[in-house]
Amino acid sequence: MSSASLSRSASPALRRRRRTGSLLGLLAWLCGIAFFLPVAWMVLTSFHSEQDAATNPPSIAAPLTLHGYREFFGAGTGISPWPPLINSLTASVVSTLLVLLLAVPAAYALSIRPVRKWSDVMFFFLSTKMLPLVAGLLPIYLVAQNTGMLDSIWLLIILYTSMNLPIAVWMMRSFLAEVPVEMLEAASIDGAGLGTTLLRIVAPVAMPGIAATALISFIFSWNELLFARVLTGIVAGTSPVFLTGFVTSQGLFLAKVCAAATVISLPVLIAGFAAQDKLVQGLSLGAVK
Amino acid sequence: MPTPTADTSRGLRAQRAKDWARRAPLLPALVFLIIVTQLPFVATVVISFTRWNALAPGNRGFAAFDNYAAVFTDPAMRASVGTTVLLTVTVVLVSLLLGLGLALLLDRSFRGRGIVRTLLITPFLVVPVASALLWKHALYNASYGFINGCLSWIWGLFGSDNPPQPDWMTDSPLAAVEASLIWQWTPFMMLILLAGLQSRPADAVEAARMDGATTFDVFRYLTLPHLRRYLELAALLGTVYVVQNFDAVFTITSGGLGTANLPYTIYQTFYQAHDYGRASAQGVVVVLCSLLVATFALRAVSSLLREEVTR
Repeated sequence: MSSASLSRSASPALRRRRRTGSLLGLLAWLCGIAFFLPVAWMVLTSFHSEQDAATNPPSIAAPLTLHGYREFFGAGTGISPWPPLINSLTASVVSTLLVLLLAVPAAYALSIRPVRKWSDVMFFFLSTKMLPLVAGLLPIYLVAQNTGMLDSIWLLIILYTSMNLPIAVWMMRSFLAEVPVEMLEAASIDGAGLGTTLLRIVAPVAMPGIAATALISFIFSWNELLFARVLTGIVAGTSPVFLTGFVTSQGLFLAKVCAAATVISLPVLIAGFAAQDKLVQGLSLGAVK
Repeated sequence: MPTPTADTSRGLRAQRAKDWARRAPLLPALVFLIIVTQLPFVATVVISFTRWNALAPGNRGFAAFDNYAAVFTDPAMRASVGTTVLLTVTVVLVSLLLGLGLALLLDRSFRGRGIVRTLLITPFLVVPVASALLWKHALYNASYGFINGCLSWIWGLFGSDNPPQPDWMTDSPLAAVEASLIWQWTPFMMLILLAGLQSRPADAVEAARMDGATTFDVFRYLTLPHLRRYLELAALLGTVYVVQNFDAVFTITSGGLGTANLPYTIYQTFYQAHDYGRASAQGVVVVLCSLLVATFALRAVSSLLREEVTR
């Protein structure tokens, strides 16, 4: 059989497959748009006036205004959003640094030079993640009340560190497990010091893991509401707590709330979009690379 | 000349020193985690046996099992157990299925695949409270929410000025909470499953196709077995997070109309009723139940760990 006749006989099937292919591509686009629609509506509403935001049917083509954002930055009430934003940033960044400081050496002792029964230790870390946080909330509250730690950003930093540490240990271990052990042995035979070994062999494998861990730890800390709500007040309140305060029982508030929700989600959106592959690695505890 | 016993004891000591040197990097993390997460649970157990309501400070003392009796006979507590199970199972299963469908769609190459992937992960990157507020006020609101707004608009197109305007949050409160959570968690499932699909060996699929396997056969006998551990991982992690959900229940329905799950119920007993004793007993019961579930879940993860080790 000549190759020409073969390709001719295959062409209707090929064409059919191509048609289903483009139909499935279209379906994927529709799903993507459907999932994105609420966010698009949130952002659009944030640029509408309160009156236009509360119409039925929705006024999609209403004139755009920065009113909602001016309200968020305290134009009407005089309440500045900066303290809660800075509190969130401090809690997220400092707790993320602490998480890395504790998790990287721990992961080293669980993978490269593993302690005995390392997998039991791993399961202990993970099991703390499965116990509901809320069950430990009361004693933490009482201790904080008696030591004057209530409404302190340091309390949140400690709690967020413990919240993200198990995830970070799992992630870092799965990355460090990729470090070629033969190369470590070769390096020690060649007389390389610990510093050189860490820098030349461990760091290239660990750096992507550290980036993924930092991203996930930052996102979870930035998003946290329950602890922040119960344990902080005016001084150390974070952005999620601040956001819930925009809902008022009287008057229109939809545009204002949407503007606030957009601003507060922005750091996570930017970080997540910029590092999509790191996001996957992080969410799967490093099981996916 | 050293006796053999002295020799072995020195060897033992050296071995022990070496062991501690190995453990040293692990200890800070371990000690920190035990202090911050395990000690409070011990305190919770102690408080659960006391009669302690912050609103009645004079009446405080040993309560034996009174709080536990109250927890087990409290219909609200039983209801919230049911709600937690229903909420978690629904959200995890539906978002897992949707996530699988979307991952399969995105596993093929088409124009603008990167953009679609970015659009799809956006819901996961919206701060959970912001998402809950968005669903409650901008989408579900009966008079000016986007969903009812679109219903009016569509009915208007057909010349009807009497569109259905259901009040989503009071008509089906639990489904309203679930929908918002499914919207947030589907991208999470999709990302993990997509990574699983893309790590599938392409040559096996190619060979099966050569042998005349249909698309369904490939999915059933090659893709699904390969995806199993990714499905398990996604379901496990999703459960860990959804079971503890507080933000959506607190924001959308304030735990009303049968949507109060366990975290919300404990929060309420502690923060609003100020019944410290009972809140602690609730906490202990929930922890014991979680341990039971976690034992099964950990077995699933341990298979993941083994596969990685034998790799």
